[in-house]
Amino acid sequence: MSIIEQAKQAAQGVAQTVVQKAVELAPESWLPGGKPDPLIHQKHGLIGKPVSRIDGPLKVQGKAPFAAEFPMDGLTYAAVAFSTLPKGRIASLDTSEAEAAPGVVLVMTYRNAPRMKAMPVFMSEAKAAGGDNLPVMQDDRIHWNGQPVALVLAETQEQADHAKTLIRLTYEAEPATTSFAEAKAQGTHPGLFMGSPMKQEIGDAEAALAAAPVKVDVTYTTPRHSHNPIEPHAATIVWQGDDLVVHDASQAVTHTAWSLGNIFGIEEAQVHVTSPYVGGGFGSKTLWQHQVLGAAAAKLAGRPVRIALSREGVYRMIGGRTLTEQRLAIGATKEGHFEAIIHTGTAPMTHHNAMPEPFILATKSAYAARNFKLDVEVTYLDMLANTFMRAPGESVGTFALESAVDEMAVALGMDPVELRAVNEPEKDPTDNKPFSSRNIVEAYRTGAERFGWSKRNPVPGSVRDGEWQVGMGVATSTYPYHRMPGGAAKLTLTRDGRMQVEIAAHEMGMGTATAQTQVTAERFGLELDQVSFAYGDSFLPGQVLAGGSQQTASIGASVVAAQHALVAELLKLAGNDSPLAGLRADEVGGMEGGLAKLDEPGRHETYASILSRAQRDEVSVVASAPPPLETMHWSMHSWGAMFCEVRVNSVTGEVRVSRFLGSFDCGRILNAKTAASQFRGGIIMGLGMALMEETQFDERSGRVMNPSLAEYHVPVHLDVPEIEVMWTDIADPHAPMGARGIGEIGITGVGAAVANAIYNATGKRIRDLPITLDKLM
Amino acid sequence: MAIRINGTDVQAPSDPRVSLLDLLREELHLTGTKKGCNQGACGACTVLVDGERVVSCLALAVQYEGREITTVEGLSENGALHPLQEAFVEHDGFQCGYCTPGQICSAIGMAGEAKRGVPSHVTEDLSAETITLTHDELRERMSGNLCRCGAYNGIVAAITETFVEAGE
Repeated sequence: MSIIEQAKQAAQGVAQTVVQKAVELAPESWLPGGKPDPLIHQKHGLIGKPVSRIDGPLKVQGKAPFAAEFPMDGLTYAAVAFSTLPKGRIASLDTSEAEAAPGVVLVMTYRNAPRMKAMPVFMSEAKAAGGDNLPVMQDDRIHWNGQPVALVLAETQEQADHAKTLIRLTYEAEPATTSFAEAKAQGTHPGLFMGSPMKQEIGDAEAALAAAPVKVDVTYTTPRHSHNPIEPHAATIVWQGDDLVVHDASQAVTHTAWSLGNIFGIEEAQVHVTSPYVGGGFGSKTLWQHQVLGAAAAKLAGRPVRIALSREGVYRMIGGRTLTEQRLAIGATKEGHFEAIIHTGTAPMTHHNAMPEPFILATKSAYAARNFKLDVEVTYLDMLANTFMRAPGESVGTFALESAVDEMAVALGMDPVELRAVNEPEKDPTDNKPFSSRNIVEAYRTGAERFGWSKRNPVPGSVRDGEWQVGMGVATSTYPYHRMPGGAAKLTLTRDGRMQVEIAAHEMGMGTATAQTQVTAERFGLELDQVSFAYGDSFLPGQVLAGGSQQTASIGASVVAAQHALVAELLKLAGNDSPLAGLRADEVGGMEGGLAKLDEPGRHETYASILSRAQRDEVSVVASAPPPLETMHWSMHSWGAMFCEVRVNSVTGEVRVSRFLGSFDCGRILNAKTAASQFRGGIIMGLGMALMEETQFDERSGRVMNPSLAEYHVPVHLDVPEIEVMWTDIADPHAPMGARGIGEIGITGVGAAVANAIYNATGKRIRDLPITLDKLM
Repeated sequence: MAIRINGTDVQAPSDPRVSLLDLLREELHLTGTKKGCNQGACGACTVLVDGERVVSCLALAVQYEGREITTVEGLSENGALHPLQEAFVEHDGFQCGYCTPGQICSAIGMAGEAKRGVPSHVTEDLSAETITLTHDELRERMSGNLCRCGAYNGIVAAITETFVEAGE
């Protein structure tokens, strides 16, 4: 059995450990990524060029259609009523007044909703996309404060919103657990991530810590966060007979189609989910109850439905990042070598989701140490299911880890950049795999030089500018390389030399369509305008999730597979009369509008010529990427060094970030313009996390208390300085295109960089996010 | 009396609850103007009313009879992008594109305010005839337009190129 076959079986749960071992020991050339992508060596083409977004002109004119903007005849509008207590049952329900209100088409409650299965909860199966696995309006039970209890359909949104206020509900309350302290008192449980407990012990970390001459042992806390994409969650939904069409705002079209099929008892192929443009997602735009409710109401009413959640509705129905309480302890020698790293803690979740916030992930690969103790424990609350939000785990985990490293630097009297270099591991410290590519020391060196790190005064509270105290801080950012399996891509080459790529991937603003157009043009020796990239439609091949910063790698690997198939097909068509006659697929590449022998470019024939001679208008292939075995053989991560300068007002405690620089090592950068935006966007969300963001949760009632953009503060123009970004551009030899993910790393390390800068400015160590001014007074 | 939208007369809606935003999006299918919060907190729905910026979600459509509304759809002429739209593309002043029409309309309104000498929270000389859009002035005045993708640097660069460097 080939190693690829074995891996496929492993993915189905057979002999996983054996395969893991086999992959670790396998010669590199047998593995995906074993032979570097030939594209890595092409340094003068389109790769890395700052190409403007191909959908830019549409977006600046407001012509890009979003989910709530698909016109339909006979459209009805939905309004959702939410429960006002965290646990219990609906005791009485009177919808008569609402039903009689002008324009009302339907009032749906558990009494008349069609029978549906619960949502397949995310990570329970390959294409499961649901945020929770609770019954959706199937009974009188209440599971969280804010659960949908009724849905009104009307001819206009105004009529639906008004009718919703006429629904009379009473509840019978039951005891609920809504306080974190109370939940912890009931006991914690090992957090299971993809089925395995997030626990690891190497050596005896507690003993090593106790024996270490220098130690830091502290607790950090981070609050709940909400994604807050500016486009609220929305879907325009219609049934065509037994087939369901959902124009969604989605980062998982195929997963959503499969899951909705499951819920309504129809085939996946009967559900068509489109999502050409998404107004931001950050982990939140998966399947939540609103698409299910919208489809159920459309079925019941026999009319198309637009369900566009209000901003409050997003806070009530769409989960966010949960809070964490983390112990971070480091024991070091007097020279600064880490002997022990302990990162343990607790995060609440619910009984109806599968997302323990994995805050230890970054710690596993960051620093050399002989002893590790890592553990994520969970408690259960009666609340809206928490979910993935940009760099789940790493964003809040690096706040603890990188703050603690800074505290250690203070304890040692060492420069924090130097301390990190001293603890640079040669291989992954917790799984012993070699790094595919790790140039963090280089990123620090170049970043420090550009930022002027050497000008930092290491004595806290020593730099003043009037009433402002000024300080600098630094932190490591990191996010793993992922490539999820199962992506197929379709390539169609037409006689006029145009190439179409089709794959069920997503564009939420990351620049996917633009970067992939560049990559494809480069692979095939075509111009940008000869390539089109189709995505955002569940009827396309592949099942690429826009998550885990893995879309680029996943699409890339699928396109590579399809390229091999297409080239083989073209060589067959070229036949014996072609300059390419007798060549194998791996001997040729795309050049100047056709194929050429890689080491003998004179042997070239254009696509047009090949297809004309074969009397074909087009040739089309579909091929799937191999399973992502590279991540079982190498430790693959993106890295960065975050430099921050803050000004803290000594009178008011107000913090202003005056300068910020991110120096990244993420493999080859495919588009300098859109990549810079991705990095900056992540950093800005990190500034929000550091200084202002918190989903306030009433621990008595389990209700979100700031469900609006007026009360949940995100960074605005004036909060954000010019953010400098730079990168090593060192290609990862084991990743498609040499590129690792860049979408999430930007948010990691920022919380600590800001907190460390505040410490340098004021001498105050804040271990509880967000660092609001009251904590600095 | 009609509401004039991008040069075309439109009848006010019969339902007085309809916001200017919902009139644009749901009745006229001018979906370039976005709904981000419907509470005046995000700025995605910003349009120009007689040249001044207004969050259309907090504006009842019936109050705008006799007024001239310009939405993002009214900015490009004969298919040619407005210079600010060009600059947004060039400087990558957006990612997802959802807040973009509001940012663009807001910036155009803001440039007019500065020109007319309308002070902001960070203006030092309150009696100045016109106000130069410094980095702080510009960012303060655009702070009502949220961008969760974090394209702020690009937005500022695009606005600066269009309204400050071009000397308008």
